[in-house]
Amino acid sequence: MSTLVRKKLEISQLNMSFGDVTALDNVSLDFHEEEFVSVVGTSGCGKSTLLNIIAGLQEPSSGSVTVDGTQVLGAGRDRGVVFQQATLLPWLTAQGNIEFALEPGGYGKVERSRIAKDYLASVGLSGFEDMFPSQLSGGMQQRVALARSLSYQPKLLLMDEPFGALDALTRRTMQQLLMKVWEEHKLTVMLITHDIDEAVFCSDRVVVMSSRPGRIKTEYSIDLPRPRDEETFIHPSFRGYYKEILSHINQGVV
Amino acid sequence: MTVMKTDATTGNPRAAGPASSTPRKAGKFTSPLGRDLNRRSYILTAILSFCGLVAVWTLMASLELVDPLFLPSPLAVLGKLGEQAASGELWEDMAVSTYRVFMGFLLASAMALPIGLLAGASRRLEAVIEPVIDFIRYMPVVAFVPLTILWVGTDDAQKFLIIWMGTFFQQVLMVSDAVRTVPAQFQNLGATLGLSRTRILLRIVFPASMPRIWDALRVTLGWAWTWLVVAELVAATSGMGYRITQAQRFLATDTIIGYVIVLGIIGLVCDQILRISGRKLFRYTKGR
Repeated sequence: MSTLVRKKLEISQLNMSFGDVTALDNVSLDFHEEEFVSVVGTSGCGKSTLLNIIAGLQEPSSGSVTVDGTQVLGAGRDRGVVFQQATLLPWLTAQGNIEFALEPGGYGKVERSRIAKDYLASVGLSGFEDMFPSQLSGGMQQRVALARSLSYQPKLLLMDEPFGALDALTRRTMQQLLMKVWEEHKLTVMLITHDIDEAVFCSDRVVVMSSRPGRIKTEYSIDLPRPRDEETFIHPSFRGYYKEILSHINQGVV
Repeated sequence: MTVMKTDATTGNPRAAGPASSTPRKAGKFTSPLGRDLNRRSYILTAILSFCGLVAVWTLMASLELVDPLFLPSPLAVLGKLGEQAASGELWEDMAVSTYRVFMGFLLASAMALPIGLLAGASRRLEAVIEPVIDFIRYMPVVAFVPLTILWVGTDDAQKFLIIWMGTFFQQVLMVSDAVRTVPAQFQNLGATLGLSRTRILLRIVFPASMPRIWDALRVTLGWAWTWLVVAELVAATSGMGYRITQAQRFLATDTIIGYVIVLGIIGLVCDQILRISGRKLFRYTKGR
């Protein structure tokens, strides 16, 4: 079966160094169509660098990234990015921010407006269309950012600690919202996080990275039933995954 | 039944009843440097401060501590201004000067915006532009007045040039600084949306730095007025600075003081217009 699943993203032998510091050391990783993969590791393990390279925002020292068979040579609309900060344009409303992202895609004015409304609704923000980012809470801002990245239908969604700046309760809500939205749109996602709970909860696969140099240490297939919801957190195997991953991350740290 | 009354000074409801003890005024916290002031008391205090200034001036004039020839009373100054307003002289002078300021200022701003934007966005252009400007802006503009007269004569063009010199270079630096404060993540966002560098600059970076650029324009408009008067004091045949120099020749201190006050008021009005319109334009920055 697995040989029949098409590779969506192929990362092969990536190396990245900043002067003497090796941020990534021979990182290879494949993502399947509609797979949700999390990358966890302590801060400074190069996981954000990895995301930036896939997004095309940084150039690797060597190695290649291929999306649907095409090599990545820069940033582009086939890969949507959700940053840690919502990065909404403050002079545009929630609706306006999404329409802005649709504009380069050649959608007509009416279509842009309709799509933006739909995606705001899918992240639970109906009625907030005309609010400016400064009028929205941190969690709501990140919802708009998520809706924006989904709205132009990239092949790949890259998320760089998207909920890291939110408070614990909001983070929980956002993780569940992300699962709901993912079930609806079913796309390939790479989630960078240092929250093991979040990684286990969301993913089909969790990749653990070690730091200095940044290497892939190991990976786990997360065999928890989908759709994932609050029940997932109390699933009998949830804690097991958590413990195992945590012990792996801690190896070599202590 | 206990009636809730609202304490007028603190806005805190408290139960009205027999005063058993002095009610604690909740909400009156003192910050280490002293108590906060509400808006009404602030304005009142400011007005009183102004009145105090005028009172001191009146007192000095009426006691003739200074020869009235050098320090006329507020009423004398006001009377003189009234005369000039009635004859139309004041309005004419204001019109000429305002025209010069706006032309010089618009010229400087129209050039500083694109140049500052580019200098803020590209390290290479920054290296080309900023060290040179840093050098030029420390040269005293006043010292250029004789040179500008030799270059372009004494008509309006010379006034524009002096205002331009006094504002343009600073504006470039302020605009490029404003551009550099835009978070780098905004540019990354533009790149992931597939926007070209030019579009990122024009559609994201420029509007993102607009509130700060507006502030820079506001500050430099004030300077533009100062440079105008400098230029008009030296060589002019019309305008407010010219009238002040003329008045000096005839010891008309009432005209000088009156015009200086009018210049202050014009500056204040311009500043407030830009402040209020800025607040309207950039309403989105103020949240909840």
